[in-house]
Amino acid sequence: MKENVTRVYRGRQSESRELRDLRRDLRDFYEEYTLAIDENELETWLEFFTDDAVYKAISRENWDLSLPLATMYCDGMAMLKDRVQAIRETAVFEPRSQRHFVSGVRLRGTEADGTILVQANYLVTEALSNRDPVVFSVGRYIDRVVRDDSGFRFREHCAVYDNYRVINTLVWPL
Amino acid sequence: MSSLVDKSAERRWPAEGFTRIPYWVYTDQDVFDREMERLFWGASWCFVGLSCEIPNPGDFKRSWVGTRQVVVTRDKDGVANVLENRCAHKGALVCWQDRGTAKDLICPYHQWSYDLKGNLTGVPLKRGALGKGGMPRDFDNSRHGLRKLKVHERGGVIWASYDPDVPDFESYCGPDALHYVDRLFPGRELELLGYSRQIIPCNWKMYFENLKDPYHATLLHAFFITFGLWRADSKSHSSCDGDGRHGVMVSRNEGKKTTGATKEMARFADSLEMNDKDSVTPAPEFADREVAGITLFPSVVLQQQANTLAMRHIIPKGPGQTEISWHFFGYADDTPELRRLRLRHANLMGPSGFVSVDDSEVLAQCQFGASTAGNAAAVLEMGGKETEPQDHMVTEVMIRGFYKFYRKEMGY
Repeated sequence: MKENVTRVYRGRQSESRELRDLRRDLRDFYEEYTLAIDENELETWLEFFTDDAVYKAISRENWDLSLPLATMYCDGMAMLKDRVQAIRETAVFEPRSQRHFVSGVRLRGTEADGTILVQANYLVTEALSNRDPVVFSVGRYIDRVVRDDSGFRFREHCAVYDNYRVINTLVWPL
Repeated sequence: MSSLVDKSAERRWPAEGFTRIPYWVYTDQDVFDREMERLFWGASWCFVGLSCEIPNPGDFKRSWVGTRQVVVTRDKDGVANVLENRCAHKGALVCWQDRGTAKDLICPYHQWSYDLKGNLTGVPLKRGALGKGGMPRDFDNSRHGLRKLKVHERGGVIWASYDPDVPDFESYCGPDALHYVDRLFPGRELELLGYSRQIIPCNWKMYFENLKDPYHATLLHAFFITFGLWRADSKSHSSCDGDGRHGVMVSRNEGKKTTGATKEMARFADSLEMNDKDSVTPAPEFADREVAGITLFPSVVLQQQANTLAMRHIIPKGPGQTEISWHFFGYADDTPELRRLRLRHANLMGPSGFVSVDDSEVLAQCQFGASTAGNAAAVLEMGGKETEPQDHMVTEVMIRGFYKFYRKEMGY
């Protein structure tokens, strides 16, 4: 991995226009990604991943201990599709609505093949059918993103949640 | 002003006996407090962790026995200890870290220090300063250690009891439950794959009962039924052990199929196919070809389903709140392929599990129902009105057995 970005810019002119544009584009990408979940457009959600993508919703505890277990885990598009199918066809859960909020998008570097390393903060509120929203999950996205003619896609998307415990169930992906 | 509800009248068990569960057992704080005293802190063996979490001398982790926090340590002799996490001086939590390695435990408040066996080894300024103050001459460190629980470590699992006179672990389990404990923990070295923790808004017994209820699993869980991981038409058995307190629920992974029974399984989805076949295709692992869910009273569910193995630690937080801390594990000598499948099959379980989501969601609804049920009671007559072992799944025999035991222990 090449750490090719300065961590703090404070609006300096020396930051290249290219990097600033990249960050802006990635912010848009995250907003589109989370909107797909908020709007329950999980078929669209799948389009944000490469065919060989790894998806994890994982506790900070396991992440910090380098334990492999993820709460929600998909290795490749087949498992991503299975997750959507399970939510759509087999899972039994109370209706709910969620809102994602993403901030602090930060470029962490690039890999030799151009894969971009990105980190961002996220917060998700959840309102069960006849109750008020609560802060459901807070954490970081720690991602590897590729860009081609069709735009950005996740090669790896890890939602590392700060919650020590999941509040009952994590039905939709983070 | 007196309460509008006469609690003592509410706590009368229905005349039908253990085929009924009065809903107040799930909602009353007094009942919950009595359960802590009599069940969790009584003559029970409670799960507190896996040996592989504290492999070396000096390692420690925090855990729970009922609502009480404990520290599980491995002392310099390599022996596991379970100590209440409460300073003998002023009651502060001594250990503020979830896990780590240390020579001793030092309370941050006045720095009383304890060795990893829980003995008080140091009291700063015990003899005062400049010839003044300090503890009285008769202060005896040996009388002010951390509260120590009785410990039993077996096959890579650490069990603890508050009762020094608790029966030995083997008799406590009974032969049937012990068989399934040893089957999962024959002494092979374990590898911790990770934790999955969730807080379910339900009473701890509801969670426990759900794993004593093979009937629901054949109906609620479309995923199980469709892919043949748990079905009413599989060879199985359901029994109690340890005077009813434990449940042994055994079946087989049969694979996808349509039979006469699927007609009554409304949630059977014949057209459903997985894109990733590995996710629903277990590698043969146990010679008996069985899958098992064991409720080992009062604190843990032993889970073996497909190739996913876990200890589900049940940590009651109050009448309507239960934390489930899943400890997913494999064996240290697993092939990379088996390890890969364990992590894939973990998708069945936990707070996002293809199967377990259904349970957590249903239990939250049950708790809500119980909270306004007054003197009403749940009905448990599936598979008859008795508690004898049964060789099928269409039964609530394990729940009846549990409440037969529960009433005796709780005096209801």
